Formats: sequence, structure tokens, C-alpha cells
Amino acid sequence: MSTATRSLPRTIGAHAILITYTVIALFPVILVVMNSFKSRAGIFGAPLTPPTPKTFDLIGYTTVFGQGDFFHYFQNSLVVTVLSLFFVLLFGAMAAFALSEYRFRGNTLMGLYLALGIMIPIRLGTVAILQLMVATGLVNTLAALILVYTAQGLPLAIFILSEFMKQVSDDLKNAGRIDGLSEYTIFFRLVLPLVRPAMATVAVFTMIPIWNDLWFPLILAPSEQTKTVTLGAQLFLGQFVTNWNAILAALSLAILPVLILYVIFSRQLIRGITSGAVK
Amino acid sequence: MDTETMAEETRAKRPIRWHVGVFLAPAVLVYTAFMILPLFGTLQLSLFRNIEQSQVFVGFGNFRTLFGDPNWSVNFWNALRNNVWFFIIHMLVQNPIGILLAALLSSPKLRFTAFYRTAIFVPTILSFVIVGFAWKLILSPIWGVAPHLMDFVGLKSFFTPWLGKEQYALTALSLVSVWQFVGIPMMLIYAALLSIPDEVIEAAECDGVTGMAQFWKIKLPLILPSIGIISILTFVGNFNAFDLIYTAQGALAGPNYSTDILGTFLYRAFFGFQLQVGDPNMGAAIATIMFLIILAGVCVYLFLVQTRLRRYQF
Repeated sequence: MSTATRSLPRTIGAHAILITYTVIALFPVILVVMNSFKSRAGIFGAPLTPPTPKTFDLIGYTTVFGQGDFFHYFQNSLVVTVLSLFFVLLFGAMAAFALSEYRFRGNTLMGLYLALGIMIPIRLGTVAILQLMVATGLVNTLAALILVYTAQGLPLAIFILSEFMKQVSDDLKNAGRIDGLSEYTIFFRLVLPLVRPAMATVAVFTMIPIWNDLWFPLILAPSEQTKTVTLGAQLFLGQFVTNWNAILAALSLAILPVLILYVIFSRQLIRGITSGAVK
Repeated sequence: MDTETMAEETRAKRPIRWHVGVFLAPAVLVYTAFMILPLFGTLQLSLFRNIEQSQVFVGFGNFRTLFGDPNWSVNFWNALRNNVWFFIIHMLVQNPIGILLAALLSSPKLRFTAFYRTAIFVPTILSFVIVGFAWKLILSPIWGVAPHLMDFVGLKSFFTPWLGKEQYALTALSLVSVWQFVGIPMMLIYAALLSIPDEVIEAAECDGVTGMAQFWKIKLPLILPSIGIISILTFVGNFNAFDLIYTAQGALAGPNYSTDILGTFLYRAFFGFQLQVGDPNMGAAIATIMFLIILAGVCVYLFLVQTRLRRYQF
């Protein structure tokens, strides 16, 4: 690279724009978390300053923990997300293996059929999904959400994983076959461990929309027993419109787990996006 | 054993490969049962109407009601118009900002790129509930954060409660959505820019094409396929959006339906609100229209955009 492309003003300009946008991206999040630790007077008196000993107050958090059954909602979200993720990864990897490994009649057609769902949102079938759930008695169960989210996550998972499985060496699989391994052993013992990085990428992509979804919990499982944390937060926020301490505390509680997970997995996520998995 | 008998043996064994079915079955079953069949079920329901407790086939009757009956059509066209505006804002603001950020991030030897990338992507992972409410609080005249901030740059007099005014609410919410999702075009374009081979850039530099000219003449044409992808992703996402409007403005998409988009309109038609009773068939009809809009967008992308913009290969 010649130095002509990297003059000092250009670098400073680039940093200035990026810093400005970083501030725009993080400011609302920081503002909410910061103010959740303040008293009401502090929130309204000086919204832009961090909590001082004078304005520090946990009243918002006590209200949230006293009122909403957040721990229970959190558990529901965790069950739904983890099980959906498990089924998406298992079924998705199996189907991706069948599509990338074996030549059979209708292979391409099957691939296209399964890829339809990448572009067409499952939400458009809601009316019939609700009828189906009512008919099978699955309304207001976590199973309804898990089934729908599994169907929702499969198309992209199969698409990404089959791209990666095509790269697994044929020699390795054939060596396994000569050694008398069954196709199932080859899949679980040889292929799955090799595509683990791709699985992690798919996991992150699948997880975020499921955890954050409001539409299906609202329609399929709105009962107190099955509320997810996103729906619970939505209803809670609606109830406490005027209690700013409680709202800010609830928002912070909803932000923090996702943020912590993101900081842990961000490298994986970004590598997944930039490695060309989604092109 | 000679090769011919071996080939015969494999041919004889080939037809029964149960494992292929076993590998495919779970995914195909769940996907078909909970995605494809409900989708077609919804399309089918849009052709029926509930008359005296039984489903009666009415052909395109529901669509005639949707387009012709003033009780429905006013709301429908309003929602469609708002949805188009919602999409235009994303295309004009979100994608250019995403491309700009990606171009800056990919500049060689720039430091702290990992930090910028991670930070700018944070809003994208947050749920709509958080985003909608946080911005509602920030833009609220009661809290006064927004006017306070605008005072710093001397623009305080321009502040109005945007979310509460009919003429601004939709644009304000679109910009909130842009704020949330700018990370996606940024990442995809960034990936595309990184995958441009060094030889191409070096050749350009040898020819004296650098800086801005290099971006416009060399890099931009090479990332056009990715711009096509982010455009179709934005299109699909926008025409099936619901959550942000619902959290920020409720199912009625106030003030006075000014932020109503197809997603919220579908929700109200399906579940009913206030005095109107929910109507699954009309809900299905609206979902069918959304399906056709998205399908049209995807077809335009596949047949027009993608065939013209072949990925560059080296």
C-alpha cells in the first residue's frame, strides 16, 4: 500500500466519523442503564450525569423485582431459546449433510424448497399457525413457540451449514466408510466436529431473533405461565408508564443479559458474518 | 472381483439408502408442518369468510372488501403508503450510512476497528421492546433529554415531541429502526470490501486511482452484489415489520394511525381492537397481500438484480 492513501487528515477524519457514530449507537443504551441507578429526582434533574452518591437509588430495581415475575419469564425465554436452538442445529445439520453429501433425485429441488423460508417470513402464516396450535391444544405452551422457532431457524441454518459441509474432505468420509463406519457415525463423529465453527455462527444468528421476538409470544403463548422475557417486559413497561424508575430498571435488566452474551460471542458473530457465510 | 460386478453391486444397493431419508425427515417435517403448510393455509383462508359459524368460499370477496370497502380500504392504503415510506427511509438513510461506515472500517491499518465494529453492532442485538421504549423515553418532552442535547448544538428551538405529532411520528420511528439495524448493512458491506483481492486495489493504485476515486470507481462496482442483498433484506424486513411500532405506539399505531404499517394493520384485523371484532379471514387476506408484495420483491431481486450483477470471480 502506498502512503498516499493514508494521509493523517484522512485517518483523523475516519476516526472522527466512526467515534461519532459509536456514540450515537451506544448513547441510548448507556443513558438508560445509567439512569436506572438513580432516584426520581436524579433522573429528571440531571439525566446526562452518572449517578452520584446523592442521586444513587435502587428503588427501580426493587419495584421490578417486587412486581413482575421476571425470573420466571427469564426461565421461559431460556427454555424456548435453548431448545429451539438445539433442534435447529441438530435437524439443520442433518438435512444439510443429506443435501451436500448424497446425490439423489430431487436433491436440488429439496434444497430450493428448504431455502424458500430464508426470504419468506414465517410470520405471514400466523393466522393458520394459530389455528393449528388451537386444534392441537398447543396454545399457551412453550412447545408451540419451540416448534415455530425451529421451523423459522431451519432454512438459514441448512443453507449456511451445507455450504460448509461441502468443504469437508471426501477422503476423510470415504476412509471412514472403508473402516466400516455407518453413515450416522460418519455424520456425528467425523463431520459434525469439523463444522463446529459454522454451527456456532448459525447458533448466534438463530438465537438473537428468537430471544427478541415479540410477535409469536404475544399471539401463541400470552398466558402468565408461558410469557417470555420480551413479552413480559413489554407488558410491564405498559403498566408502569409513569414509574420511570421501574421502567429504566426493567429496560436495563432486559439489556444486560443480551449485552453480556454479545460481548462474549461478538468475535464469533462478526467472524461468522465477515467469513462470507451470509453472502 | 472385477469392476463390473462391483458397479452392479453398488447399483443394486443404491436404491435403499434409508439414511438419506432419516437425515432429511426431521427438518423437512417441522419446516413443512409449521412453515409451508400454514403459509398456504393462510393463503387459502383469505378466500373464505365466516358466515353463520361456517367457512364459506367467497373467492376474492375479502380482497374486494379490503380494497373497496371504505372501512377497510382507507386503513389499508394508509398502512401500505406508510410502509413504503418506512422502506424508503431505510434505503436512503440506513444503507448509505452502513456503506460509509463499512468503507471507513475497511481502510487499511486503521486502528480500533474491532471496537468500532462491536460497538456499532450493539443496537442490532437488542430487542425491539428495549429499543422502542428507550427511544420513547429519550424523545419524550417530559424527560427532556432530547431538547437538552439539541441545546448543545443550538437547535433547541427545532425540538417537538416527534413521536406525538402525526406528520413526524412515522419518520421518527423509521429513523429509530435505522439506528437499530445499521449494523447489518455495515457488516455485510464490510465483509464484501474485505474480500476484494489486494491485486485489484494495487493495480488501481499503480494507475493512480486512490482515495475517493478508488472507492467510487473500483470498490463500489465490486460490492454492488452485496448492496443488492442488503436491499432485498431491508425490503423483506420492512414489509413484515411490526414489533417496533407496536412497542412504541401500541396496536393502534398512533397518533391517529400515522405510524400504521402492514404488520400492525394485520395484527388489528386478526385480533380486533376496541370495538372491532377480530377477523381471521381478513387477517389472512392482509397476510396474503404482504406475501405477494414480498414475493414480488424477491422475484425482482432474483431475476433482475442478481442476473445482472454476477458476483465477480477470480
